[in-house]
Amino acid sequence: MDNNSGNPAKLNTVGIRLNACGKTFPDGTRALEPVQLEINPGETVVLLGPSGCGKTTMLRIIAGLEQPDAGGQVFFGEQDVTPLPIEQRHVGMVFQSYALFPNMSVAENIAYGLKVRGMAEVEKKQRVVEMLSMMHLESFAERRIDQLSGGQRQRVALARALAVRPRVLLLDEPLTALDAKLRESLRAEIDRLLRSLKITAVYVTHDQSEAMALGDRIAVMEKGRIAQIGSPREIYYRPATRFVADFIGSMNRVQGMVDGESLQLPSGLLRVGPRVSNEVLFRPEDVRIVSNGEAQLQAKIVSAFFLGDHTRLILDVGNEQTITAETVDRREFKPGDIVPIAVDSEAILFLE
Amino acid sequence: MKRSLRFYLQLAFTVVVCAFLVVPVVLSIMAGVTENFFVGIKSGLTFRWVVEVWTLYNKTIFLSIGIALATLAVTLLIGIPAAYVLARRQNRYTRWIEELIVLPVAVPGLATALALILLYGQFSGFRISWTFILVGHVLFTLPFMVRSVLAVMSAIDLKTLEDAAASLGASFTQRFFHVILPNCRQGILAGALMVVTLSMGEFNITWMLHTPLTMTLPVGLADSYASMRLEIGSAYTIVFFIMIIPLLVAMQWMSEPAKVKPRFLS
Repeated sequence: MDNNSGNPAKLNTVGIRLNACGKTFPDGTRALEPVQLEINPGETVVLLGPSGCGKTTMLRIIAGLEQPDAGGQVFFGEQDVTPLPIEQRHVGMVFQSYALFPNMSVAENIAYGLKVRGMAEVEKKQRVVEMLSMMHLESFAERRIDQLSGGQRQRVALARALAVRPRVLLLDEPLTALDAKLRESLRAEIDRLLRSLKITAVYVTHDQSEAMALGDRIAVMEKGRIAQIGSPREIYYRPATRFVADFIGSMNRVQGMVDGESLQLPSGLLRVGPRVSNEVLFRPEDVRIVSNGEAQLQAKIVSAFFLGDHTRLILDVGNEQTITAETVDRREFKPGDIVPIAVDSEAILFLE
Repeated sequence: MKRSLRFYLQLAFTVVVCAFLVVPVVLSIMAGVTENFFVGIKSGLTFRWVVEVWTLYNKTIFLSIGIALATLAVTLLIGIPAAYVLARRQNRYTRWIEELIVLPVAVPGLATALALILLYGQFSGFRISWTFILVGHVLFTLPFMVRSVLAVMSAIDLKTLEDAAASLGASFTQRFFHVILPNCRQGILAGALMVVTLSMGEFNITWMLHTPLTMTLPVGLADSYASMRLEIGSAYTIVFFIMIIPLLVAMQWMSEPAKVKPRFLS
């Protein structure tokens, strides 16, 4: 056990390596194709994808709650933990449903991992106090679980998971059960924790904004496979597949006739640069409303939604193709108007 | 306040129904403390019959308590693990088992008892011991324990609670005693009261299985009505009530929805 000093920030955190970890359930469904994944010590990797993409299965294999199919291996640092059950892997885990023990108080919940490890009473008390203050829960120590709000419960769950100073922290959709406002503030709190503790963390979510905010790297998953793994910027600006492009943010897709370095559309010529294809993709925020001189396309407004901080326009670019554009322009846009638009060629993507 | 005719009709109906249920009980209790029931109350009230019942039948009372507690112990030991497995492994087979477990309740007690006698009758040592009755009682009460515990286990997310405890380093034994048992306390308590009450009052199976030396309270009651003065049988009923009513009240109290007790007001 790592009883080093009284500083909660000192953790013996390790990297995680998955080697050909697949998962086939007894009924024959393939939840996870054999997957390769390397997570560096101290790094936060977010597993992002729609439900049923295998992200939770991967987390449970890392945790030791599921065994990978034969041949799969899980390493914590240099140690092969594949044969170890979860209780011997020394992980911290946070669940969507909090999973706090209703028969114990807040303090008892936090102390539970220390109790089963047989930690001395004095040290245990001290550690609980430490965790309570780290999560701003001092005044709740003696409360029962059913006297806490959802946000407080998840903070207790985090404190409980971190109290044992785990080697890695695993979070399974920890914010999904909370309402939007609380989600944001707890997200900031989790971010602060992960940065200050420098603990290796795997975070499962289906919410892209959570993934972008928390992940050092994001692994976008689709049908049991990792479709792409990379920093939030890489994932957003250079999506590797159409699935990734569509899942993260929104994406416009335009088809036309190739004309030199441009794409010919009934509304004008879209400059796409030396590499051309008859289909290009670009983000709504990369559509600029310009002066007539700079215009590449003359698009007709189909509908306009004023959303306060920006206006979302649905534009007709001809051939029954519509695109979405987002602008901070304060003008009042009316359906039927023609707006001159341009898209920078650096913002244009080509995907098969 | 003036009440409608409807109210008085309803009241009268309720009183009549209550009387229908209560009067025989009161009569029976009165008979147990009357000097001579055929003469009536004017013959005087006495505890003589209750004392006589105690001297004649106290063995049946202790045997009933003993069997009830033994039945409780066995149903706890079998019932809680059984409910746990049924709750954790939800599939076709466990649903079948869940249904099968209830069969002894549906089958007439006499038939269950007859089957036990056919099967174990030749083991005379077992046949004449109180453990033979214990087997019958366990068969009859086990489904109540399993159902009661299973209901609570299905209502809480047992699997995730266990996963959480395991992630914190708890072995199976630690998880079972620290997390599973305490969180199923309500169901276990309700089941336990049910089992004790049913075992104390069980007659059908016990009557078939008993020997003159292994007479339980309800069997003794039948015996006293058949072979003693009516007053003794009635006094016996009083003894039975004294033992069973607190259990029934406790059970009723348990089944009330748990009130949130405000603790640790801050």
